[in-house]
Amino acid sequence: MQKSLNINPDKCTGCAQCELACSYESEGVFNLSKSRIKVFKFHDEGRFVPYTCTQCSEAWCQQACPVDAITLDLATGAKIVNDATCVGCKVCTIACPFGTINYIADKGVVAKCDLCGGDPECVKVCPTNAITFVDANWTGLDKMRNWAMKTDSGSQASA
Amino acid sequence: MKYVIIGAGPAGVVAAETLRKNDLSADITMISGEGPYPHSRMAIPYFLTGRIEESGTWLRKNEDHFENLGITIVDGCVSHVDTAPRKVTLDEGQVLEYDKLLIASGASPLRPPVPGLDRPGVYHCWTLEDSRNIVQRAAPGSDVVLMGAGFIGCIILEAMLERGVNLTVIEAEDRMVPRMMNQTAGDMIKKWCLKKGVTVLTSTRATSVDEAGGKLSVSVDKGDAVAADLVVVATGVKSNTGFLEDTGIKMEEGILIDDNFCSSDSNIYAAGDCAKGREYGSDSWVMHAIQPTATEHGRQAALNMIGVPVTYQGSLSMNVLDTAGLISASFGKWDGVGGDHAESIDQDNFRYLRLEFDDDHLVGALSLGRTDRIGCIRGLIQRAKPLGVWKARLMANPNLVAEAFVGLSQ
Ligand SMILES: Cc1cc2nc3c(=O)[nH]c(=O)nc-3n(C[C@H](O)[C@H](O)[C@H](O)COP(=O)(O)OP(=O)(O)OC[C@H]3O[C@@H](n4cnc5c(N)ncnc54)[C@H](O)[C@@H]3O)c2cc1C
Repeated sequence: MQKSLNINPDKCTGCAQCELACSYESEGVFNLSKSRIKVFKFHDEGRFVPYTCTQCSEAWCQQACPVDAITLDLATGAKIVNDATCVGCKVCTIACPFGTINYIADKGVVAKCDLCGGDPECVKVCPTNAITFVDANWTGLDKMRNWAMKTDSGSQASA
Repeated sequence: MKYVIIGAGPAGVVAAETLRKNDLSADITMISGEGPYPHSRMAIPYFLTGRIEESGTWLRKNEDHFENLGITIVDGCVSHVDTAPRKVTLDEGQVLEYDKLLIASGASPLRPPVPGLDRPGVYHCWTLEDSRNIVQRAAPGSDVVLMGAGFIGCIILEAMLERGVNLTVIEAEDRMVPRMMNQTAGDMIKKWCLKKGVTVLTSTRATSVDEAGGKLSVSVDKGDAVAADLVVVATGVKSNTGFLEDTGIKMEEGILIDDNFCSSDSNIYAAGDCAKGREYGSDSWVMHAIQPTATEHGRQAALNMIGVPVTYQGSLSMNVLDTAGLISASFGKWDGVGGDHAESIDQDNFRYLRLEFDDDHLVGALSLGRTDRIGCIRGLIQRAKPLGVWKARLMANPNLVAEAFVGLSQ
């Protein structure tokens, strides 16, 4: 059974442990700007929302890539960027309507959540279980995916 | 069912794969006018800089990809289409019959009416062959003139600078990237290029290319002629539809398609740079000539050809450009529709963001110097529901686009 990240903003305290762990795991540094998960802070509402790629089935990034640099990890269901193939054209960064694939200027390639190969660091360090890794079937992220399907420019078919 | 696809660019390739995914028994043939390995024009600038080999431009990296999917690639050029009986004729005389035909023949560069563009050393930058010619002449320290500072011109500009050439850009309009950037952003990009040592001649026309003293010489309508070892012409594109001329298929700047991607002939569909299709969320028809539209068209056209029900709201125009390190992007109706707009400018740091609204919806945006979660702008534009409280927040601070998107999707 494939798993996906399930995010429950109600439990998030905005501690940023997930961002630090992510940047260290993926880029080898503790640098929030390098994290592939971002905690949005809505101070007016006193709300924190951890936010990252949902590995959506539409895979806008993968579809737009001109050089086949984004592939599906069959084991985890994650869409993975192959750094050696990516030419840094950035088309995926505008094609992804979630804004969850980003250009890393000092490396000249794009980066996105790859589920850490099936054992996500953000989940491990989250002290409040706001981020969990659960069976893909009942993840709350479906809500967001459905929303994406409704608003996209027309690719609603399940194909 | 016999499907024939003319063209093996992104639109053709995505269409062929989508056909296969949805119809395991279909007979699928894709005709490539440019060799046996379908490749991406977009990757050419990275071949120019030496970052990738030719194989790095391939749309699919596994050499057996298409064979494994049972997609036949025919290397050849289509000269004629007969709509009854339904057949496609190639230059070499080969004839292919079809039940449904997809035209995904892309576009070609326009050649402006400037005398001397046929001289050796003057090239477009459109095919791998063009780029091999360019690489020959674009040695470090050589003089290069780029005719046209549009989107494609600016992409080539970046590649030329990386090769270490002396670069002069000639643009007839009053700013750089005029069809993607407004005056403010176009001027900022120009300022950036000047800082990087590029000579930028806006509101200037090249009038002829001659040879003088073993070099090329580009005359302009204002000022002195510019000497060059290489001239690259990037002054717009036109759809490749010449082979359809006597079919009676309706065409304007591209093949006119309906929301089912069907042309005026019910067995012929079109997708990508050769097609004029619906603009996102509007009743206007456009030929975009961009990669995201080409792949979206390819997928949608294929589903329609098979008869899978899909709805289509049009394709959103969007571009991202890296001009010697200054990254810009444009989305949708960036020049506005007469509604409110919000702007944030930081000239010193080359940062700019402009949002265009139609009532309570975001309809377009321009950005400079920002890459972080930029895709959220697309998400906001293609959101069906109004922006609600976020409209006022974005009016006050347009830089909150990602916050608005995330806030609204909760
Ligand atoms: C240098 C460069 C950089 C670019 N950068 C970007 C970018 O950054 N972002 C972006 O969005 N877009 C970019 N583009 C544009 C993008 O590449 C095109 O929009 C895209 O390739 C269109 O895809 P397509 O499949 O419709 O057509 P094409 O890619 O043009 O493919 C058409 C195919 O049809 C074939 N063909 C044509 N006529 C015939 C015939 N008679 N018989 C048989 N085959 C035929 C051609 O050989 C080709 O294989 C760039 C283009 C260039 C040239």
